[in-house]
Amino acid sequence: MSIVTTASKIDRLAQLTARTETASGTSLWREAMRRMRSSKMAIIGAVIIAGFVLLAIVGPWVAPYGPAEQTWRGEVFSNRGEFVGARAENWFGLDHLGRDMFSRMLVGARQTLLVGVVSMLIGLLIGAVVGIVSGAAATLGGKAGRRIDDAIMRVTDILLALPSLLLAVSVAAVLGQSLTTVMIAVGVVQIPVFARLLRGSMLAQGNSDYVLAARSLGIRKRRIVLTQILPNSLSPVIVQATLSLATAIIEAAALSYLGLGNPDPAVPEWGVMLSAAQRFFDNEPMMSMYPAVGIIITALGFTLLGEAMREALDPKLRG
Amino acid sequence: MSLLELDGVKVHFPVKKGILFDRTIGHVYAVDGISLKVEAGQTYGLVGESGCGKTTLGRAVLRLVDVTDGSVVLDGTDVAKLPEKELRSFRRRLQMVFQDPLGSLNPRQNIESILSEGMAAHGIGANQEERREKIREILAKVGLPANSLSRYPHEFSGGQRQRIGIARALVLEPDLIICDEPVSALDVSIQAQVINLLEELQESMGLTYLVIAHDLAVVRHISDVIGVMYLGALVEEAPSDALYEEPLHPYTRALMSAVPVPDPEVEERRERILLTGDLPSPANPPAGCRFHTRCPWAQPKCSQERPELTDAGGGHKVACHFTREIRAGELAPAGGPDAVVIPAQPEAPEAEKAEGPEKAPKPEKAEEAPKAEEASGESSEDSPADSSEGSPEGSSEKE
Repeated sequence: MSIVTTASKIDRLAQLTARTETASGTSLWREAMRRMRSSKMAIIGAVIIAGFVLLAIVGPWVAPYGPAEQTWRGEVFSNRGEFVGARAENWFGLDHLGRDMFSRMLVGARQTLLVGVVSMLIGLLIGAVVGIVSGAAATLGGKAGRRIDDAIMRVTDILLALPSLLLAVSVAAVLGQSLTTVMIAVGVVQIPVFARLLRGSMLAQGNSDYVLAARSLGIRKRRIVLTQILPNSLSPVIVQATLSLATAIIEAAALSYLGLGNPDPAVPEWGVMLSAAQRFFDNEPMMSMYPAVGIIITALGFTLLGEAMREALDPKLRG
Repeated sequence: MSLLELDGVKVHFPVKKGILFDRTIGHVYAVDGISLKVEAGQTYGLVGESGCGKTTLGRAVLRLVDVTDGSVVLDGTDVAKLPEKELRSFRRRLQMVFQDPLGSLNPRQNIESILSEGMAAHGIGANQEERREKIREILAKVGLPANSLSRYPHEFSGGQRQRIGIARALVLEPDLIICDEPVSALDVSIQAQVINLLEELQESMGLTYLVIAHDLAVVRHISDVIGVMYLGALVEEAPSDALYEEPLHPYTRALMSAVPVPDPEVEERRERILLTGDLPSPANPPAGCRFHTRCPWAQPKCSQERPELTDAGGGHKVACHFTREIRAGELAPAGGPDAVVIPAQPEAPEAEKAEGPEKAPKPEKAEEAPKAEEASGESSEDSPADSSEGSPEGSSEKE
């Protein structure tokens, strides 16, 4: 017994020494990934998101019925308060027009994911460009740069000061009722958030010694921004991207709920479904429960993953 | 001709206030008129307490901060007035080693990337392979293992990180290396290694250093010439040995007396000058001699006229109106409002020695002239254990 443990100890020691001899460096990203893998929060979040993405991809093919087919029209009388709940042929029951709720949920996942991802990307990309320009101008642009930064930041402050839903509603009102409108409206709301976050993060990095060192090495400013400041400023932005996927889905649902979403009945979306179901909440609460729970679980998945990422990327928590 | 000549260098930072439009409401006089010369192949040590502007001066030499006035001439070229474009390529000749070894290395770059970036910017080495060869050579010189290339800064120890910082400066083959507190963030045992490395490299590569530090022991060890800074200006400058032999400026004397002597007998009897109060704000420096608010020898003249740095003989320069008088003992340390002088004591009688370890009362006002046993009590507290930390910060903390 003791011989076995000693032998295994020696093996372990050999492994360790072998590892240090051939050690190729572990970058911070790789280490963050390692910590993510051992975090329960990250795993639960990732599983929920994976399920959701899978649903969005295969949903339309596995749905038992077409999302717009009013097959059971004769069984539902919404004006009389007669609804059909869950049963063997319709797992989630029927909606107010006699369509199969289960099929609509499956098909709607794709639209919901699309709205979330696209609007997050709109906010992320435009916000990042604004943030980089602002942050680079403020850290390395001298006096003129600080003035440019000031001007950009005042504009984003104005955007931030408006209540996000109000801003989205006004954008949607200008562009008309469609799914694209919802994406743009929700995306615009995210722009100042990303811009401010990236700028602030770049400012903090811009004051660090390694940027000073890079300047004293005589490296070009553009290169300092791209290779030194930016890579070190990205982690809060990545976390924010994950978190804002959740808020984007909720906000898109809110816009759809207010009647600004896609009016096409053949393209169901969870937010639109929730909006339609709320009128019948008194008689058939389960009808609004399915899309609501769907939205909540998805948002939860993204939030969990985002929080886990924040912890994994935080250098103060690195063990 | 000297390698580096600073002439009347001033760095003033505007203090701004305002909601929409910034108004300049004053200046912080971080560096206020410094002239000094660094000879090729030598080490110039710059000491001073925190906030005296020594780091700002180092950055001004590299023009990492803009110079308000004066000239920084390296080998005939005025760095302070160099156009931005030429400055970038000129920076190859001036390099810096930073105080915080981890903070000064980009955490997302591996060592090869950190070291080759400067070479790429200045076109040193034709291709990646050639640069890698050069990096290996430098790594060996600074005593880092050859397999460090693909590793990241967080995988090294503090001393190793500082070696990386030194290697980064060395790959560009600069004329002058500015070391800003190169060892203050390291353990005492590692400090010696790094200091010795700096000295070895100087010998083998003919380097010139401008070392900025607050640790008197470190500076004494490596410097040929030492400049003492107080509130943005030089108060004394002398060859290393001369300065430690006989500090002439009251501030330097106070600094030196804050360094404990490892011999308890000497420690008990030597002269001690306890500076109290804080460094005055560099945004509102006192008129006349900047040190007069804390100087035990202060005279009326000191608050009116600012003394120039003048030669007191043998290249020993002092900025004090009363150098000669203080040296000759003609001027008694009356004690300013913020300073206490405990003169050197004769051999203490037996009875007093017994009372030794009692806690030293803090001198609050100059009028309450401290007695002999107070001095001995204080000295037995900081014994040889922290003899390596003769920091000027210490002198103000001891109030």
